[in-house]
Amino acid sequence: MDLSGGDILIRCLKDEGVEFLFGYPGGAVLHIYDALYKQDDVKHILVRHEQAATHAADGYARATGKPGVVLVTSGPGATNAVTGIATAYMDSIPMVVITGQVATSSIGSDAFQEVDAVGITRPCVKHNFLVKDVNKIAETMKKAFRVATTGRPGPVVVDIPKDITDPAIKVPYEYPTAVAMRSYQPATAGDPELIKEAIALLLTAKQPMIYSGGGVVLGQASEELRTFVRQLAFPITSTLMGLGAYPYNDDLFIGMLGMHGSYESNMAMHDCDVLIAIGARFDDRVTGKIAEFCPDAKIIHIDIDPSSISKTITVDVPIVGNVANVLQEMNKLLASESKPDIKAWWKTINGWRSKDCMAYDRNSDQIKPQRAIEIVHEITKGDAYVTSDVGQHQMWAAQFYGFEKPNRWINSGGLGAMGFGLPAAMGVQLAYPDETVVCITGEGSIQMCIQELSTCLQYGLPIKIVALNNRYLGMVRQWQEFFYKERYSSSYMESLPDFVKLTESYGHVGIRIEKPEDLESELKRAFAMKDRLVFIDIVTDQKENVYPMIAAGMAHNEMHHSPHCELPQDPRRELA
Amino acid sequence: MRHIISILIENEAGALSRVAGLFSARAYNIESLTVGPTEDPTLSRITIVTTGSERIIDQIIKQVDKLIDVVAVNQLTSDLHIEREIVLVKVKASESQQREDLKHLAEVVNGRIIDVTTDTYIIELTESVVQIDSFIAALSEHEIIETVRSGVSGIARGGNVCTK
Repeated sequence: MDLSGGDILIRCLKDEGVEFLFGYPGGAVLHIYDALYKQDDVKHILVRHEQAATHAADGYARATGKPGVVLVTSGPGATNAVTGIATAYMDSIPMVVITGQVATSSIGSDAFQEVDAVGITRPCVKHNFLVKDVNKIAETMKKAFRVATTGRPGPVVVDIPKDITDPAIKVPYEYPTAVAMRSYQPATAGDPELIKEAIALLLTAKQPMIYSGGGVVLGQASEELRTFVRQLAFPITSTLMGLGAYPYNDDLFIGMLGMHGSYESNMAMHDCDVLIAIGARFDDRVTGKIAEFCPDAKIIHIDIDPSSISKTITVDVPIVGNVANVLQEMNKLLASESKPDIKAWWKTINGWRSKDCMAYDRNSDQIKPQRAIEIVHEITKGDAYVTSDVGQHQMWAAQFYGFEKPNRWINSGGLGAMGFGLPAAMGVQLAYPDETVVCITGEGSIQMCIQELSTCLQYGLPIKIVALNNRYLGMVRQWQEFFYKERYSSSYMESLPDFVKLTESYGHVGIRIEKPEDLESELKRAFAMKDRLVFIDIVTDQKENVYPMIAAGMAHNEMHHSPHCELPQDPRRELA
Repeated sequence: MRHIISILIENEAGALSRVAGLFSARAYNIESLTVGPTEDPTLSRITIVTTGSERIIDQIIKQVDKLIDVVAVNQLTSDLHIEREIVLVKVKASESQQREDLKHLAEVVNGRIIDVTTDTYIIELTESVVQIDSFIAALSEHEIIETVRSGVSGIARGGNVCTK
């Protein structure tokens, strides 16, 4: 039977196994929405802003490992989606975004709601397509899903002019089982010689470090990583994006590294002699000062993307390949080897660990944000899906929640897009309706996509929003305190809404917590409401800072520390 | 260091802008860029002259190779190769002595005078960039009205081929 372009598009999604389509209708996609109306296989989720459609699809993808799918209209629909596309691009999240376009005959004429979506999104997609022939829709969609989900994943935009989905034009439909792309052959297995070289180097180490990243989560290599680490009994640190791939409460795990990483992991990075980076990309928030990054280390790097190798830090043993495959090979080879004795190294690391760099004031008469996160961990038994927005609360969530499993920690690490948390939580909750989904946010970030409370009511999503409300754009305020002599330029949030009433007006439950003694009982009450969305507005200490902190451009051993631990507060003072 | 990067890319709409956009987004230099069809009508050849440290050139090649439409990318300057550029120079040539000098100069460098008016010549020269630079320098005694350079085309010597 012949189908129209709109019907073909939706059939492609069905044949690709797509459960949810996050979108917002408009003129250029009306034929597609009409096709959606006629079927029940693909469930459309109507968001309240296109940015939220992309973040929700992104959250779905991060939690499930399956591609997130988005449908938006031309012009402002496409431009509103760009923030979410860029977010997915920076964190290598598989996503297919269908943007409507004005009719082919109008392209380039500055038509109503026309933008060059392919041009605008080009720098923040893995690839994009403009479909100019109804006969090419199926093939293009197959290519889009293949590119988005293989190799280093990423978002793919498919721009479809309105006339291509015209219901009057029908053509035969068949969804291809495979598509040939001579210019696209992502790596899979690593070079066996380099793998052997890496093993040999690891076995000579006296002060080794394992630095694991988001690639382990994306590559579903958590099991392989755990076997690898436990075989060697080497210390492991993780990037923000990799949290949960290795359990936080295992003795070999020494905390997150980088700008707000633990003292012990950053010191160990600085002093290590062999470093193995696994699915991590030496981001500037991780490396600090490039010239002083792991100054004495030989470096092994496993990554699926050749362009990540030696991009900022030159590595000695580059292994391009799928992390799970490479680790499986390494685990096989390691099984028969005797492992190096690194007792002295562990003694040093445990000395650093004993300083308790994450200490904070537990006797304060104000609510400490760190305590709030700890209690959320206790109530959810550390098993919730936790999304976050961007800022201090994001770092405290990363430091204090404690992740035991991969795909549970969902945040905008690369782009740092405020507004990510709530829509991402919607995507996760839709994928896992029976799981606890928590959005840890701040009063600044939540207002960037607050309208999605309406979407949550429509689809009955019982997300728990934990807002650490310090009346400041906290991370901006912290930088202004440290580096701008406390000139708090535009970082104070005035005229905040009453979040309880606001939430109630959207049909949900709002709770405000102001006193430390109420924190645990009120959080318990909130989480006990299993089938309701609860917005928990927690009034926290305004001046609390995230520690430790490596200032931008400083080395790993130059950290600012909390006044509540026994480490020096300001590295510059100590060094002088 | 100066390098010539030779790229085979799918002959699709927007392919050139993917490459050009990558260079501007990542702040890589483009000294010259040429693009044209190949013996296979589904492929285009882009030749880019760029400058940068070894690390930057390595990144350029990896980043270009990562573009989905790119079929092959090679660094011509890493091996024996031939490079050529065409320059068209319009010079003032109104007096007979001037006309004689220009004709002689063009002959010396194997250039051709391809357009003549009562007071101008257009000289065409196909050569390496270095030779073209020195030819233009040699014209400094004359009045150059307009210079049009094609950008560099390059090819590997012998049986080597710039494909995957």
